[in-house]
Parts: sequence; C-alpha cells; structure tokens
Amino acid sequence: MAPALLKSTTASAAIPTVHGGGNGFHGGGSFPGGGGGGEFPRRLPAHTYRLGMWLGLIPIVMLFVAFTSAGVVRSGLSTDWAGFTLPRVLWLNTMLLLASSATLELSRRSLTAGLGRMFAGWLYTTAALGLAFVGGQLMAWRELIARGVYLATNPSSSFFYLLTAAHGVHLLGGIAALLYMLFRARVMVAEPARRTALEVTAIYRHFMDGLWIYIFLLLVRWS
Amino acid sequence: MALALALVVTIITVVSLVLFAWHPWWFPISIAAEARAVDHQFAITFLITGVIFVLAQLGLAFLIWRNRDRGDARPAAYILGNSKLEASWTLLAAVIFLGLSFMGYRLWATTQFTGAAPGALKIEVWGEQYAWHFHYPGPDGRFGATRVELIDDTSGNELGLDRKNDPDAKDDIVTDELAVPVNHPVELILRSKDVTHSLFIRELRFKQDLVPGMEIPVHFTATRLGDYEIACAELCGMGHFGMRSVLHVMTEEDYQKWLTAQTTGQ
Amino acid sequence: MAETSAAVAHTSAARKSFIRRYVFSTDHKVIGIQYYFLALFSVLVGVVLSVLMRIHLVWPGTEIPLLGKILPQGAPGGVISPEYYLSLLTIHGTLMVFFVLTVAGQSGFGNFILPLQIGAEDMAFPRLNMLSFWLTFAGLIALLAPFFVGDGPPISGWTAYPPLSAIGKAAGAGQDLWVVSIALFCVASMLGALNFITTVLDLRTRGLSLMRLPLTVWAWFITAVLALLSFAVLLAAGVLLLLDRVGGTSFFVPGGLIVGGQILDFHGGSPLLWQHLFWFFGHPEVYIVILPVMGIISHVVATFSRKPIFGYRPMVYALLAIGFLGFCVWGHHMFVSGMSPYSGFAFGVLTMAIAVPSSIKTFNWLGTLWGGKLRFTTAMLFALAFVSVFVTGGLSGIFLGQPPLDAYLHDTYFVVAHFHMIMGVAAIFGIFVGTYFWFPKMFGRMLNPTLGAIHFWLTFLGVYAIFIPMHFVGLAGTPRRYAFFSAFDFMAPLAGLERFISIAAFVTAAAQLFFLANLFWSLFWGPRASENPWQATSLEWTLPSPPPPDNFGARHPVVRHGPYELSVPGAAKDYIMQDSTEEVRVGS
Repeated sequence: MAPALLKSTTASAAIPTVHGGGNGFHGGGSFPGGGGGGEFPRRLPAHTYRLGMWLGLIPIVMLFVAFTSAGVVRSGLSTDWAGFTLPRVLWLNTMLLLASSATLELSRRSLTAGLGRMFAGWLYTTAALGLAFVGGQLMAWRELIARGVYLATNPSSSFFYLLTAAHGVHLLGGIAALLYMLFRARVMVAEPARRTALEVTAIYRHFMDGLWIYIFLLLVRWS
Repeated sequence: MALALALVVTIITVVSLVLFAWHPWWFPISIAAEARAVDHQFAITFLITGVIFVLAQLGLAFLIWRNRDRGDARPAAYILGNSKLEASWTLLAAVIFLGLSFMGYRLWATTQFTGAAPGALKIEVWGEQYAWHFHYPGPDGRFGATRVELIDDTSGNELGLDRKNDPDAKDDIVTDELAVPVNHPVELILRSKDVTHSLFIRELRFKQDLVPGMEIPVHFTATRLGDYEIACAELCGMGHFGMRSVLHVMTEEDYQKWLTAQTTGQ
Repeated sequence: MAETSAAVAHTSAARKSFIRRYVFSTDHKVIGIQYYFLALFSVLVGVVLSVLMRIHLVWPGTEIPLLGKILPQGAPGGVISPEYYLSLLTIHGTLMVFFVLTVAGQSGFGNFILPLQIGAEDMAFPRLNMLSFWLTFAGLIALLAPFFVGDGPPISGWTAYPPLSAIGKAAGAGQDLWVVSIALFCVASMLGALNFITTVLDLRTRGLSLMRLPLTVWAWFITAVLALLSFAVLLAAGVLLLLDRVGGTSFFVPGGLIVGGQILDFHGGSPLLWQHLFWFFGHPEVYIVILPVMGIISHVVATFSRKPIFGYRPMVYALLAIGFLGFCVWGHHMFVSGMSPYSGFAFGVLTMAIAVPSSIKTFNWLGTLWGGKLRFTTAMLFALAFVSVFVTGGLSGIFLGQPPLDAYLHDTYFVVAHFHMIMGVAAIFGIFVGTYFWFPKMFGRMLNPTLGAIHFWLTFLGVYAIFIPMHFVGLAGTPRRYAFFSAFDFMAPLAGLERFISIAAFVTAAAQLFFLANLFWSLFWGPRASENPWQATSLEWTLPSPPPPDNFGARHPVVRHGPYELSVPGAAKDYIMQDSTEEVRVGS
C-alpha cells in the first residue's frame, strides 16, 4: 500500500530490532550492561547505546571547557599566577592510563573472538592499571602537599587539584563499570548482545585517556 | 467564549495603551545631554513596540473572533504555509529589530567607547555594605593611594588613606554624598570595598556596577541644578535596600563653597 | 545461551509491587508523572514564597500567622526580616526556574508524551531516566532543607553572584546546600538530555521521518541539545563557587576586600568570571524553559484550529535558530557589569536577532488561526492567551536588549516584569495548556471544563493586572531585590501601585485553587476519557487513555502522514491520524 504523502518527505526511521523470534522481548536491561531491569526488558541495537555514550561525553567535554576557560581567564587576570614543577609521577601515570586503553582493546577483541578467559584477564588488567593511575594521581597530590602546595596556595595549584580531581572522579566511574562487567563476565561471554556494555565502556575509557592527555598538556603549559 | 476572549484581549490592549500614554508613573526628568539621548531612544522604542503590541494583540483578538467554530459545515482552510509571507515578515522583523539595535550604537559609543572629556572632574566612588563614599582628590588633583590594611571605619578612615605619610592624600576629601558643579564634565571611577554594588542615578539614565578588584570609569555632564537620589542596583546583602546617597548638582560657586566646607571637616 | 524470556517478561510485568510500579519505576509514563507532581509541589511552594514576599513588601512588619511556627528561625514572631526576604526571593527564583519551569515542560510532559508521539515503547535508557528523576528529587530536598536546618537559605538570589555568595558567613551556610542542589539538578538534566536525544534519533517508529515529527518532539529534542551543552557549565561554576566558599580558593573573589572590619583572605579572582559562566548556562536555560512550551502551543493551536500549523518547516527552523542564538547572547545580562562595552554592543545586536525567529513563531501561530475553525477548549484558551502574553513579554525584551536602555532598566522592576511575563506567565500558561490537553491521556479522565474556564479567566486577567503595573514600577527606577521601599523618596508615590500588584497577586494565586481542585477531583472522579477526545492526529491519541505499560505493544505503528493533517480536503473526517492508512489526493 503506497503511503499517502501529502508533503514530500523521506521516510527514514530506526526500527527497534527485536532479536531472536518476531515476538516477545529478550531479557536484557538497558544501559549500562547486564541485568533485567525495566518493566519490559528490551535490548536496543548496539548503535543506540553507543550513541548514548557519545552524547554523554559532550557534557563532560563542556565541563572541562568551562574549567579551561576559567583557568585561562584567571591566569590572564592578575599577576599572582605562579607555575610550579609538576610531580614526575604524572608521566608514569600517563603511561599507565594509555596502557590500560590498550589492554581494554585486547579485552574487547578477546570477547568478540569468544575467548572468555582472555577477555576477563585483560579486563582485570585494565581495571588494575586504571586503579594504579588513580593511585599515582594521589601520590602526585601527596608530593605536592609535602612541598607545601595545597588547593588554595596559588590559582595554578587550585586548577591542578581541580582538574586532576574532576578527571579522577570520572575515571573511577568508568572503572566501577569495568568491575561490574567483570562481575557479570560469564553472561557477557555467553550472550553476544550483552557485549555492547564493553563497547560503550571502551568509548568512555578511551575518551578519559584523551581527556587526561589534554589536561596534562594544559597543566604543563600552565606550570 | 470567542467574543469574550477577543473583547478581553482588546480591552487589555486598550488599557495598556492608555496607561503607557498617560503614564501616571514614569521616568524622572533627565539632567544630562546623554540622558536626553537615552530618552529619545526610549521614545522610538516605545513607538515601535507600541505599534507591534497593538497590531499583534488586536490581530489575535480579530482572528479569535473571526475564526471561531460557528457550528456550520464550513471546513477549516487547509493551508500549509506561504513562503512569500514568511520571507516578508522575517525580513520586516529583522529590519525593525536590528535597526533599533544599530540606532542605539552612537549613543552607546559616546558614553562607553570614549572616555571623559579632558579637564573632567575626577571623583572616586566607593561602595561598601551598606554605604557610599565619594573620594575627591583635592586641590592637588591627585588621589591618595588607598590600602585596605589602613581602613578603620571607627576613626572615619573608610577608604584606607594614609593621610600622615602620603602627600597626595593630605588634601583628599571623602564624603557621603556626591556634589558636582553643573555643566562641568565629571568622571567617576567606581570601586568596591567588599561585594559588587551598582551606582544608579535615575536622572542621568545610567547605572554601572562597582566590581571588587576593578576600577570602572563612567562620565557625564549634569545640566540641571538639584538633588537626585542615588541607589544601589546590585544585590549586596541584607542592607541593599538602604544604600542611599544623594547627587547634588550645584553652581560652580556653591560647589567650591561646599568643597571648602568639607575640607574643614576632614 | 539465550533464555526464552518472553514468558519471563509477561510474568515479571504482572507481579510488580507498588514500589516498582509507582515509586522506583522505569516506565517513562510514571516518571513523567513523578516529574509533573514534583513541579506541581515546587510551584505551590514557590507561589507561597512569592505571596509572603508581596505581603512583606507592602505591609512590612506584619506578623504572618503560622510563619513564626513553621519557620521560627528566619521569621521570629512571624515577621520577615530583610535578610529573610532575600532568602525567600532566592529560593523562589531557584525553585521556579529549575524545579518548576525546566522540569514541567521538558521532564514532565516530555517524558510522558515523547515516546508515545514517536511510537516507541519507552525512552532509550529507562533506568537512567529513573536515576535522573531521583537525582532531581534529591536536589529539591537539598534546596528546601536550609529552611529547616542551619542558618537558613542563601540570600544571594538565584543568580548567586560572588563575592556576596562566596563569602562564607555573610551569605549563609545555606549557600553550600544551594550549590549541592544545583549540582544534582545539573547531573540529572544532562542524563535526561542524552536520553531524550538518543530516543528521538534512534527510536522513531517506521515512517516517522524528522519532518513528520510533531513540533512538540522537535522542541523537546532541541531543548535537550541545549541542556546537554549548557548544564555542564553551570556545574563547573558551582564547583568553583563551592571551592571558593570552603576550599580557600580565589576563582571569583579578588584580594583586598574588607567585610565587617575583617580583611578577607582571597586574592586575584574575578566576579565577572562567575557571571560569564553562569549566564553562558543561564541564557540557554530560559530557552530550555520556553522551547517545550512553544512546541506544545504549536501542537495545540493546530489541533483546535482544525488546520495544519502554518509553516511547519519555518517553525522548525525558528526553533533551531532560537536554540542556536540562545548560546550567543549571554552577555546581555552583563551590559553594566564592567564587561567590555564592545562586547556589550555585539551581544546587543545578537539579542535583537533572537527577536526575529521569535516573531516568525508568533506570526505562524496567528497564521494557523487564520481560516481555522477554533474550538475553545480550556487548553485552547490558555494557548491563545499564551500568544498574547508571549508578545507582551517579548516586547519588553526589546527594551532590555538595547545596551543604552538597559543601562537604565537593568536590575529594576522592569526586568522583573519582563521575565515574569515571559517565564512566570507565558511558560506557565504553556504548562497549563499541556495539562488541560494531555490530562485525559495521562490519567484516563477528563478535567472539568467549567472549572477550567473559571481558572482561565481569573488567571488571564490576574497576570496582566499584576505585571503590566510592574513595568511602571521599573520605569520609575525602582531597583529589584529591595526588602523595603521606605528608604527612598522617589518610591513613595509608587506605594499605591505596589499595593495593587500585591492584591492582584493574592487573587491570582487564590484562583489557582480552582485548578488544583479540578486536577485532584478529576484524577479520581472525572469522567473517563476516550482514546482521542480532542480528535487530534499524533500517535499518543491512537492509544487507550491511559496507555498500557508497553505503549504500542506488538503493534509498532507505521507513520504515513505528517503531524498536522487536519481538514484535509477530500478526507473522510476533519483529521487524519499519523498512522492512518487513509489515502487522500490533494490538488496543487
């Protein structure tokens, strides 16, 4: 039956795909990963969850854009901005974080290939590296405190603590998601549909890496 | 229903129009050339917005009345739009509104982009919770430096001048009210001791925030003698409503007398 | 090993507890209603606060019964102090802008109606949706808590300008809770926004192209984009403010300040930095408030004119233009702030530019009425009144958008009149339109039209009676946020006007009782609503009232028509549902 179009429009719409049979809904919650949840548990196509994640990155970008512009304004404003040497451990931390992105990719590939043990193994490594990064950040803080550089010591130190803390908090959220997936590792290996959770977590983690590089460069510039 | 609504909209329009035309409550007089220019821009804006207001509201009323469902078989008109009409009224709106914007350019430029005339009388205006202070440089024409550590309200040193050691400060005058000579360019430099305040003198038709950490200049030339109230127009705390002072516009002679009287009191 | 969970789905649906169905529910319809009632509660509190303010302004020193008992800290003996007056206005503003206007139009109606209008069974991320609601709820608790604990709510206005808001003791410890409340609201909104955007992009049913979307969906979509971009900046500002308050930093406070004889320990910060950050969020925020309402108005005006919306595409472009320009004009709140006057001029021009798409929308609403067959339901009455008040409120903006005129009008009651007209009246009218229009769909019952009419007339006359006079209070130069008018000679002649405004406010506030009575009575005892009592065309009206939990179930509607196919020549009835299989030939 030809659609009666009274104005020329192009029909384009995403149809929520239903896996398996044509009726009923497969068990599966909504983002993030795992678990029955909603009234009528349903699985949306992977690209929907990816879209949600990409969109979720936008406000995080805006947050750091706002912090950056505050820093730019503040550093140009008065004469009291004094740089300080960044703790060396930051370089190590950066390497750890980049490594964790690599291990996350290995984990993802293992999952796609159905290699359950390797998937979990690399996932543990990723989480561990992430936690090591956070630990390293705390060490950097301790070093600064030992040097007498606190939050309020100088606007440059204020921004240092602010940016590293904000980044760290967001990263911890991502690590929590990783740990949750480890907890549900068996289900994830079993059901291909559930792997989206790892994909979106990977997007988030890689973004956190990129964000850290940006923050690090900014801090180097300001120091 | 249709009739009632159309009538009410019409009545509201007429009453509003009458109120704005008759304006029993209105701006105070203008006491500066810049202020009169602002009034002129206001008048143009009132005219244009007034016409738009009347046309839009009466148009609405008319359409409500005209197109009510009379219970007959006449169908509504299946109209999807009209590109020509859209383009026309878009262009019209753009011309009117952007035109108004550019009309105000010169006015804004003279008061904001250019500084005070050379030879202007410079006075510092200080705001604090909840009082105004006006700092005159005295005969030497130089402001004494102020230091926050020296501020002592109890001994009357509200601004932290160092009258003992600073030669520039010795002849400075600090008052609670602002006096200026008529027809003489004045430059005010706005500063704050604590939070953001705003200097609002209605008859001059301007206000300017006093921002801590900044020194913001404004300038005007008062052309009419009299006393005019000064209000704070930026929320500064619980005493915000009471932060009042007075602008005295005096003859040159009276102004000199006033200055002398202040000096003896310092 | 996939479980055949179809059976599981049915049984789990059948056996949900009260808590899972109505409290911690992931169903967008329940969440929408939760948001709606959160906004309703907030507006009642907000109106009470404004009534207290108006009593105080005209009859200061009055002992207000009950006030002394409920809130003895701030108002001992029931008398409002100037400091308490400032707390009232701070919470009034914060409540109304965030918890009423932002919530009702977008989170309330958007959540309930959007998935229905696009033929989806729920939002893209239902659990995230639920999280958003409860974060908002927590934010509301944090905002109202200072009335009952600590030193009372903050006194710096909803705009919280530092240094006043950053100076710990002077602004009150309630300021910290205010920042927490706002932060929670920001996170909730950002999560909600990504949910809305994903849903509109990915979950539209077959045949529903973007140019066939009801204007309500366009509005919710663009609003969500604005929210996604702007709330993070407010969150950033809030974090910086909190750090200045409790962390000893100096983002917003310069050095050399002295308060109460004490030199403050700050150095080098900028109060203007807060203003830029706040208003970069704050201006898009007001478009976040008005855009959903504009969508609702378009939808309802078309429905009850029995005609398509005039100029569908221009309406979409106008929404996009308003959304985009909304990000470019934040400096018009700062013309006299000490910001560069050159920037001021640029912002002024851009501000006037926004008047253009707003005008287009107004013309198109009028164009929709032209040749229509108007049905004066309560929703339509408020929609028509919206056009009137939107014009009035918008026109006062023409004054404020010109820097030299704003130099006089800034921070006077003219501004208060302007934003109340456009937000407190026009946007609220839009919420009333949505309520009267969608109540049958949401609750399965009809609201009483007689009570609706009484509510309408009293409110429409009341709001003009309150706010037209207020413009004059502003033109005379009365500054805002003044706890008393007694200190200035020039305010004395305005006393009669102020009294009139207060009385008009009391009457209008009281008139809302008709609305409340109607709402609550009809919830339980209103006549049952049919599927499509308004003979409207969008997909929500193809479902029972209220819709079943899974909305369309196995049906998966296929859209074949645009959203406003009303009075199509040659059609069987004067409306064609979007998923109708009716074919109509239209000449030229």
